[in-house]
Amino acid sequence: MRTLAPTHLPATSLRRALNGAPLWSVVVVVAVAALVLAPLVSLIRIASQGEATLWAQVTVDILPAALLDTGMLLAGVAALAGTVGIGTAWLVTAHRFPGRRLVAAMLPLPLAVPTYITAYIYVEIFDAAGPVQMGLRSLMGWTSRGDYWFPEIRSVYGCIFVMSAVLYPYVYLAARVMFLTQSASMIEVARTLGASRLRLFRAIAIPLARPALAVGLSLVLLEALNDIGASEYLGVRTLTVSIFTTWLNRGSLAGAAQIACVMLAIVIVLIATERYGRRDRRYTLSTRRPRVTQPVGLSGGAAWLATLSCALPVLMGFVLPIGFLVREVLRRGFAEQVDDAFLGHLLTTIGLSGVATLATLAFGIILVTASRLARLHLTKVALAIAGIGYAVPGTVLALGLLTPLVSIDTGLGTLWRLLTGERIGLILMGSAGGIVVAYLIRFLPIATGSLSAGLDRVSPGLEDAGRILGARPRELVLRIQIPLLRPALASAALLVFVDCIKELSATLLLRPLNTETLATLVYGHASRGAFEDGSLAALVIVLVGLLPVIQLVRSAEAAPRKAGSPSGS
Amino acid sequence: MTMNTMFARALLLGTISLSTAAGMAFPAAAQSVVNVYTNREPGLYSATLDEFTKATGIKVNAIFSEQGLSERIKAEGENSPADVLITVDIGRIQEAVDLGITQPVKSEALNSAIPSQLRDPEGRWFALSMRARSIYASKERVKDKAMTYEDLADPKWKGKICTRSFQHQYNIALTAAMIVKHGEAATEEWLKGVKANLAKKPSGGDRDVAKDILAGVCDIGLGNTYYVGLMTNGTNPEQKKWAEAINVILPTFKGGATHVNVSGIAMMKNAPNRENALKLMEYMATPAAQHVFADVNYEYPVRAGIEINPLVKSFGPLKAEEMSLAEVAKNRAKASALVDKVGFDR
Repeated sequence: MRTLAPTHLPATSLRRALNGAPLWSVVVVVAVAALVLAPLVSLIRIASQGEATLWAQVTVDILPAALLDTGMLLAGVAALAGTVGIGTAWLVTAHRFPGRRLVAAMLPLPLAVPTYITAYIYVEIFDAAGPVQMGLRSLMGWTSRGDYWFPEIRSVYGCIFVMSAVLYPYVYLAARVMFLTQSASMIEVARTLGASRLRLFRAIAIPLARPALAVGLSLVLLEALNDIGASEYLGVRTLTVSIFTTWLNRGSLAGAAQIACVMLAIVIVLIATERYGRRDRRYTLSTRRPRVTQPVGLSGGAAWLATLSCALPVLMGFVLPIGFLVREVLRRGFAEQVDDAFLGHLLTTIGLSGVATLATLAFGIILVTASRLARLHLTKVALAIAGIGYAVPGTVLALGLLTPLVSIDTGLGTLWRLLTGERIGLILMGSAGGIVVAYLIRFLPIATGSLSAGLDRVSPGLEDAGRILGARPRELVLRIQIPLLRPALASAALLVFVDCIKELSATLLLRPLNTETLATLVYGHASRGAFEDGSLAALVIVLVGLLPVIQLVRSAEAAPRKAGSPSGS
Repeated sequence: MTMNTMFARALLLGTISLSTAAGMAFPAAAQSVVNVYTNREPGLYSATLDEFTKATGIKVNAIFSEQGLSERIKAEGENSPADVLITVDIGRIQEAVDLGITQPVKSEALNSAIPSQLRDPEGRWFALSMRARSIYASKERVKDKAMTYEDLADPKWKGKICTRSFQHQYNIALTAAMIVKHGEAATEEWLKGVKANLAKKPSGGDRDVAKDILAGVCDIGLGNTYYVGLMTNGTNPEQKKWAEAINVILPTFKGGATHVNVSGIAMMKNAPNRENALKLMEYMATPAAQHVFADVNYEYPVRAGIEINPLVKSFGPLKAEEMSLAEVAKNRAKASALVDKVGFDR
């Protein structure tokens, strides 16, 4: 980095064009954007190779149905997760009731459970042959499924339920921080004017939560859109599921890529929505320390109803799945399952995720600091492009990456042969390099999101002062920006690490020989029809996933003490 | 610690980890290996692979993914480490042939062990085991002992049939076989008829069909034969109850026989360990390995003279449809398009 310091720039006009940002930083930003774009370009190229008749078939027979199912799923999840998220956030922020502190801390926990794991568990529990329905039957004397009505878990409604139970915390966390950091005056004025509790919620809470809702919901919807495991198992033919059936059964990667492109368009709309929400949020933040709303005590039935409403999501999204996994692990004997093979897979998982996290953070820091210094159109666009990776389904990303990765490998191989006369085979695809690149592309937006949110809190005045004192851009980055970014770095690291551990589809397709992660282990058991045998791996994934959630909870609960600072992204 | 040293350490750590991983992927040439890409979960035949290593000293490396392996091998090109591809059905193996990633194999051992309709005439793929697409029927509520696939469209089963997605490869192969047998138009009508009889939207897997029958959601459904063995003797005591709730009917096409699908193996065009790959392929067809397929996986061995597992035998004698599997595989895309056209999974 030192050798590329901006003093080596040949022309001052270039330096001026870069707004004083070091050239290397702009180069890196553009290179990262290119890296993210490579698989997408590769995908679009594949899509365009399809014959015209194929596109006609895709639009007539597949897209309308897939769009309808996807639309229903997204609308349902948005409504349910949005209601639960905002409702519980408002309850715990503006009211006092038994167990409030406990539920406030536990409401975000379902985030730690991967959606596909919850889906499997819910089918075990709520399906026709599961303990709930069988219990009801013996209790009521029903003999067959036709004797009674019970919601079907393997349906689009079941899928909405499962996804909402896992994903509502995105909305909850955003809304909770929003409510906590809002000045209390508005609510107090409304109360003084005699507004009822319901009126208060409708007229004050919901409008206040709108930006948080946009941010939280866009994350929820991206997750729902990308999901393949849960929707496929629950029989919902979403766009993502259609991509796979088209590709696999018709041998038509082109058709699949075409559907993927349609999906990408939806994703871009979702991201735009999120950006819009975030812009508003910045505007509404007060820089002065806000007075926190004093919660109003609830009593009697209302109080217990509030407790129940907040406990139910925790129960459904966290306690139930965890309980199931713990029971299965114990039933199989904990000690017998922790053998050398399992520990080996655990180490592989941690090693891969660790390296990918470091790489992601390094790129994230460079992206965020460089674009802050440069403030060019170019870097802004590049930053936006780098944000697309998170929205691409893992398998689609992996497919798109195959060609670029192998081209690099071929280039390296040719170079090596010229230098040494030996063959070295595939460097990236033959090692874990391919997976690390995929993780990097996929989770970079999480790092840049947390880091830019962190950097936004740094007053530009600090940097101006630095500049006046003669600091060069490199010193601004190293001595002002990065030290101030440390808390954001920690939370970004945790989030990225956990997402790497959970990642399944890209890992499956890009992994080298004999490589298992915890997620692929669970998947292997599930595809053998013995999901419960993978309970230990699933439980470890969930427990590791709890770390960043706990950290998020802490920072969310600490928010009002930190003068109007929203946490994370 | 300053940020610079932190970065330096992070980068160093990253480089070390990556090069270690690379080192693992390129074991010293002295060690004899064979690299298997498989879309069949290796746990299902790990016993066979272990026996192979014990018998030959050749270490088996594996990558398992249900999707995308052929595309990966194609993209990897001449540097691909893949020696053989093992697939879970005929469609996938044909796809590999179509992508041009296989190479023909001439082996007297394979040709004499595997009947000619269960291998490619040019030696580009070989079937390893067979399973029948059967009908699971409620022991309690269904008296029928014999059925045709065409019967599934009979209105008498209205509201009584369960199945996994018809876009799943097992049902796609069945639909493709129906096209070979009766043509596209008749198959479309058949699909519409079966769809009209469904008790619930297609979802889950074959085992869920048995589970739904136990729960009284439906009376009959489609499922592969070997799942019955896996449910009966697997690790989950619940699944044993599912298996006990059903009878297995081996249906036939009207005027034909039972639809079978195969797991298969193919040698890859750029296989770096060609000799070892051939040894593995030939080993898979030996009586020892074929016994494992029969007794551990509850499949039908492809090699003649191998005892079928008693549980599988209890389904009755299997008369397999003699149509060319390659022909079935070729009709896969049409089958998939028809399933979408009638909105079967909706």
